[in-house]
Amino acid sequence: MPEPLFTADEQKKFDAGIAELLSHYPSDRKSAAMLPALRLLQSIKTWLPPEGMQLVAKHLESTVEAAYEVATFYVMFHTKKPGRYVVDVCTNLACSLRGAEGMLRYLEERLHTTAGENGEKYFLRETECLASCGTAPCLQINEDHYENLDKAKVDALIAEKLK
Amino acid sequence: MSVLAEKVITRDWFKGSNHTLEGYKKNGGYEQLKRALTMQPAAITDEVKKSGLRGRGGAGFPTGLKWSFVPSLEKNTKPRYLAINADESEPGTAKDRFILENDPHLLLEGIGIACYALGAHACYIYARGEFKGPSAVLDAAIDEANKAGIFGKKLMGTDYELNVFQVRGAGAYICGEETALLESLEGKKGWPRLKPPFPAVVGLFGCPTVVNNVETIASLPRIFEKGADWFMKLGTGKSGGTRLVTLSGSVNRPGTYEVGMDTSLRELIYDPAYGQGMPEGVNVKAVIPGGSSAPVLTAEEMDVKLEFDAFKPLQSMAGSGGVMVMDDKTCIVRSLWRVARFYAEESCGQCTPCREGQPWMARIIRKIEEGRGEMSDLDTLMNVASAIAPWPPIGLGNTICALGDAGALPVQSFVTKFRKDFEEHIRLKRCPHGDQPWGHFGDFK
Ligand SMILES: Cc1cc2nc3c(=O)[nH]c(=O)nc-3n(C[C@H](O)[C@H](O)[C@H](O)COP(=O)(O)O)c2cc1C
Ligand code: SF4
Ligand code: FES
Repeated sequence: MPEPLFTADEQKKFDAGIAELLSHYPSDRKSAAMLPALRLLQSIKTWLPPEGMQLVAKHLESTVEAAYEVATFYVMFHTKKPGRYVVDVCTNLACSLRGAEGMLRYLEERLHTTAGENGEKYFLRETECLASCGTAPCLQINEDHYENLDKAKVDALIAEKLK
Repeated sequence: MSVLAEKVITRDWFKGSNHTLEGYKKNGGYEQLKRALTMQPAAITDEVKKSGLRGRGGAGFPTGLKWSFVPSLEKNTKPRYLAINADESEPGTAKDRFILENDPHLLLEGIGIACYALGAHACYIYARGEFKGPSAVLDAAIDEANKAGIFGKKLMGTDYELNVFQVRGAGAYICGEETALLESLEGKKGWPRLKPPFPAVVGLFGCPTVVNNVETIASLPRIFEKGADWFMKLGTGKSGGTRLVTLSGSVNRPGTYEVGMDTSLRELIYDPAYGQGMPEGVNVKAVIPGGSSAPVLTAEEMDVKLEFDAFKPLQSMAGSGGVMVMDDKTCIVRSLWRVARFYAEESCGQCTPCREGQPWMARIIRKIEEGRGEMSDLDTLMNVASAIAPWPPIGLGNTICALGDAGALPVQSFVTKFRKDFEEHIRLKRCPHGDQPWGHFGDFK
């Protein structure tokens, strides 16, 4: 028998979450909840497994094709299981003017990875402006935001948050 | 005088626990919504028109006028919606984030006022997916307001129903464009819609919808507290109020500041209250004044005031208030490459000139930066860009949405104003800045 998608606890969280989300939209517009529903799924599973997307589509009276279309359009959705730590480094102009390119190279060295490669432990990638331009450079680790970075702070992040 | 005498948006930030309902109320919060609910909705729109409030999302469109495009309930009986644009993705822009974090109830009070004026019973706040922290603060504030009976079946105890929801995006710059935002709110990929019809008539779920920026709506409580005339007088020209601007790049004190509309770029960069000038040994070379899609300015053009109409003679725009400074040790070509790469990455792919043109331009700029460029590449760049949107800008490109223009204008302005830098790369067959292209603060230390 294939492993079930959710544990009992996860199932509860998912069902309650979907019910709450659907209450935010007109009753004939269930499919509007697609982004939040996929976010919910990803928050539980760390990515969007195909069975999960099927389930979301069913609850939203939508299609799995529509779920895939959304899942592949937005960069924060993972249709493949990402490394344990997703590290998003902004290399847009304001951050680059404050050392972001060097920061990215430093992270590649220290984490022994190449930006853009999805490894088992780290998925380090360049991302676009994170609305932290006045507090550049910045990065996010699994969506947690860190700014005003320098080498010492990145060293501390590596020691504490990227173990 | 450049230092603002009176703070408007940031007035109560960090004053007590202003980000909580209790703290906000201590600072006088929700009194203006209470008052607005005793007015006729049309009178509210009139006040907003009189105040000179203009959209802070980028276009500077008069807010009251936008609201007046929503058809009357007699003409169109469909429900109406307010959508708040908290997507804040224009490179260089970091202001709405601080409103969400420091003053979420100011936004929520503004939403109450706006929805009542528009006859909307539901508001969706669309926040960019990367805003985990700010979104959590906003969610907590919505929760507090619901529990306190501010929102829900009885808005502030009246018979008016208003429900406010936050929806988080998932990483796509294009969803800041208002019709892409609506598509995304409907649960789809963010493909902009052809206009007309405009959202005010056919918006969310086919219903009349107003899309406004966070800062725009957060201005409303102050307008009602102190009056439309006061707000108009604070501003300059046809723009009322103050602005939040984000100063970034090569300057001593980057950050987000509330400034008067009559503050010049030069004052923003050099004033002790704001940027505190340039580091020793370098000068300003170039300034992007309003988010990366705003055409670049040279050091000679810094006396322009940050008011919306002031940029027209310079063929640029005040945009979203993202001011990015490049010093004279910065590589201009590499700077443009970073910008071009962004628009190439973020084009939604619907229109051929944008889908094909943005990556093409990024490739050519990279080629020049790496010393493999030819003089004819500069013509190609201008031609590709001009197939997307004309230069000088006339505010109307050849594509479905303004992302096309947003990617073309930087290329056109950089190549026109800094042509020498591009030619030098081509002539030398290398970047003259070697491996230090990012100016004074560009090394990672
Ligand atoms: C490509 C593109 C991206 C945009 N991104 C944003 C954004 O992140 N935030 C925003 O408020 N407006 C953004 N806008 C402007 C919106 O389309 C819209 O004009 C604005 O939200 C209207 O609100 P306002 O009138 O209060 O400014 C963008 C426009 C374009 C063309
Ligand atoms: S201009 Fe670009 S982003 Fe806008 S709709 Fe066309 S392809 Fe999409
Ligand atoms: S450029 Fe990096 S946060 Fe804006």
